[in-house]
Amino acid sequence: MANEILSEQINKDYEYGFVTDIEAENAPKGLSEDIIRFISTKKNEPEWMLDYRLKAYRYWLTLEEPHWAHVSYPKPDFQNIIYYSVPKPKKQLGSLDEVDPELLKTFEKLGISIEEQKRLSGVESRIAVDFVMDSVSVKTTFKETLAEKGIIFCSFGEAVQEHPDLVKKYMSSVVPYTDNFYAALNSAVFTDGSFCYIPKGVRCPMELSTYFRINSAGTGQFERTLIIADEDAYVSYLEGCTAPMRDENQLHAAVVEIVAHKNAEVKYSTVQNWYPGDKEGKGGIFNFVTKRGVCLEDNSKISWTQVETGSAVTWKYPSVILKGDNSVGEFYSVAVTNNYQQADTGTKMFHLGKNTRSTIISKGISAGFSNNSYRGLVRIAKGATNARNFSQCDSLLMGDKCGAHTFPYIEIKDKSGIVEHEATTSKIGEDQLFYCKQRGIDNEKAIGLIVNGYCKEVLNKLPMEFAVEAQKLLAVSLEGSVG
Amino acid sequence: MLSIKNLHASIDGKEILKGINLEVKAGEIHAIMGPNGSGKSTLSAVLAGREEYEVTEGEIIFNGKNLLELSPEDRAREGVFLAFQYPIEIPGVSNVNFLKTAINEIRAYKGLAPMEAKDFLARLKEKQKLVELDGKLANRSVNEGFSGGEKKRNEIFQMAMLEPKLAILDETDSGLDIDALRIVAGGVNKLKSKDNATIVITHYQRLLDYIVPDVVHVLYNGKIVKTGPKELALELEEKGYDFIKEEVNA
Repeated sequence: MANEILSEQINKDYEYGFVTDIEAENAPKGLSEDIIRFISTKKNEPEWMLDYRLKAYRYWLTLEEPHWAHVSYPKPDFQNIIYYSVPKPKKQLGSLDEVDPELLKTFEKLGISIEEQKRLSGVESRIAVDFVMDSVSVKTTFKETLAEKGIIFCSFGEAVQEHPDLVKKYMSSVVPYTDNFYAALNSAVFTDGSFCYIPKGVRCPMELSTYFRINSAGTGQFERTLIIADEDAYVSYLEGCTAPMRDENQLHAAVVEIVAHKNAEVKYSTVQNWYPGDKEGKGGIFNFVTKRGVCLEDNSKISWTQVETGSAVTWKYPSVILKGDNSVGEFYSVAVTNNYQQADTGTKMFHLGKNTRSTIISKGISAGFSNNSYRGLVRIAKGATNARNFSQCDSLLMGDKCGAHTFPYIEIKDKSGIVEHEATTSKIGEDQLFYCKQRGIDNEKAIGLIVNGYCKEVLNKLPMEFAVEAQKLLAVSLEGSVG
Repeated sequence: MLSIKNLHASIDGKEILKGINLEVKAGEIHAIMGPNGSGKSTLSAVLAGREEYEVTEGEIIFNGKNLLELSPEDRAREGVFLAFQYPIEIPGVSNVNFLKTAINEIRAYKGLAPMEAKDFLARLKEKQKLVELDGKLANRSVNEGFSGGEKKRNEIFQMAMLEPKLAILDETDSGLDIDALRIVAGGVNKLKSKDNATIVITHYQRLLDYIVPDVVHVLYNGKIVKTGPKELALELEEKGYDFIKEEVNA
């Protein structure tokens, strides 16, 4: 029975595995100061940016690839990656007519209809989308509407040109290039990404969304996202990602930085659906990402919500530095691994300010031969009086060939701190499935129901449109994983 | 409605049911009694289609269909309902969502469109009243954190919602206090009609004070060894199962 179901799963296609036939302009393979200069020149960057890249690169050269995570994979050959790939023709895209029709088709396949977006621009509840394919941002929607409120939402490259002061001030302030191996690599070679700035007192009227897509073969994707909410500002930001099916492993090493000023709130949600590799573990994306936010001033709040279903190997710890007094950090995560996927993911909460609070809800689901680890750190610094943390880490196992691991680290330097940690491990029981079947619900629907129930606390945190998407994705990712 | 002929079933190579014969007609309530380990729960599991049990011989015909050829979910969709002895918890899935999914799956099987929300809510309200189920329980996760009595009541509530043709109550009385017993039994009685049938599996006679069976069967050592009118249950209560054992072993 289990085998039968497994083979069913094997035949399950990754829905987003198509390749768009777009001519791309690539840099030669490999990494060197010349390549970095090439990227910087191509992007017409100012001197300070090039200097930053080179500093990061030189630092990166001194580093060893990290191996502490509970994952194993062939070491990426950093000289065999294309660090710059741009869909041609590269020109300033002013209107839709100038966009490559193949590109538009890609949007459609991914369910992002820019036409639709345009058409609906007078209607409420919209999402502004920035679309990043391979190395560059190809289209940002709703820019004009947002500009009226003083909100800047554009590609990172554009921000460097148009808003250099903001970029200079905040870039690298949360995740310095010295942070870790992949952050250093990203700082050296990043090609684009998203930038958003919400000015004082502005509540962003729509969800801001970036869609990342790796298309070209042999390329890596190294994007940077920088989100700044000034005093009393609010923004909800969404990120989605997919990649074609390829036999090779492709590297995705992003950096995301969030800054929340006084009374500001940033809600960051992501549904990560990179290609996970085939059923034997061949191919798939290596997703080595550094995401961190800082609650810089009092009463600020940063909330991470992630649904991780893709990637061959995931290595990711969205964190919050709670610097301002009364600031709040939240982390809600669902990580699903199936077949031979490996995930080592969790969060870090650094309590520096007084009365700071953090909540961690992590739901891991392992199926097939996969390994799923939660790794988290809660640190309460001396002087962070009355800091509180609540952590809940649940693992759900499907079948008996997969693994779930929990690595919680807790460091408390202030006596007034209160940290609570709860953890459970359960198995999707034959009993639960049979119970559903006895009520007329078939295996696939039953798994969807049980898993969505298990993840409910996290899914509830996602914006509506995303939640529906995530629910479907969970069901598909796990289809046929229990006999 | 249900015809079981010479049913043999085993688990892990051990034969538990050793030739069961049973005929249940629409409108009837049958009680199956027997000492521990006689095969009562195995019978209900085999009827519902639990895969751990292997049917080695015999047949089960349900409304003209060979039940043994149907998957557990298709049996449910054909109208077989099992009230579990130990109802399962499904955290995070509300009773309402669970039942809506079940009803619509059953409807889809019959080629019907999903139930209209207002019809569903109306049915929900009506059936809740029937089993005196607190409205809050309907919105809570399936059986999660329910007391033993609430779980059993929830089984009967689900039964009421799904309107099965054949309901099998597996030791529904176990762990119930007298008030809960009365409510559960009351629910079953109210749901009785000339079109559906009920099999009540129980160890004690107590439940049968509230649900009056048309026929009582005694299951012992994998076989139905005695069948009689409702008075048989009283006799069992009085004499214990030993007299049956003596009769059989004589």
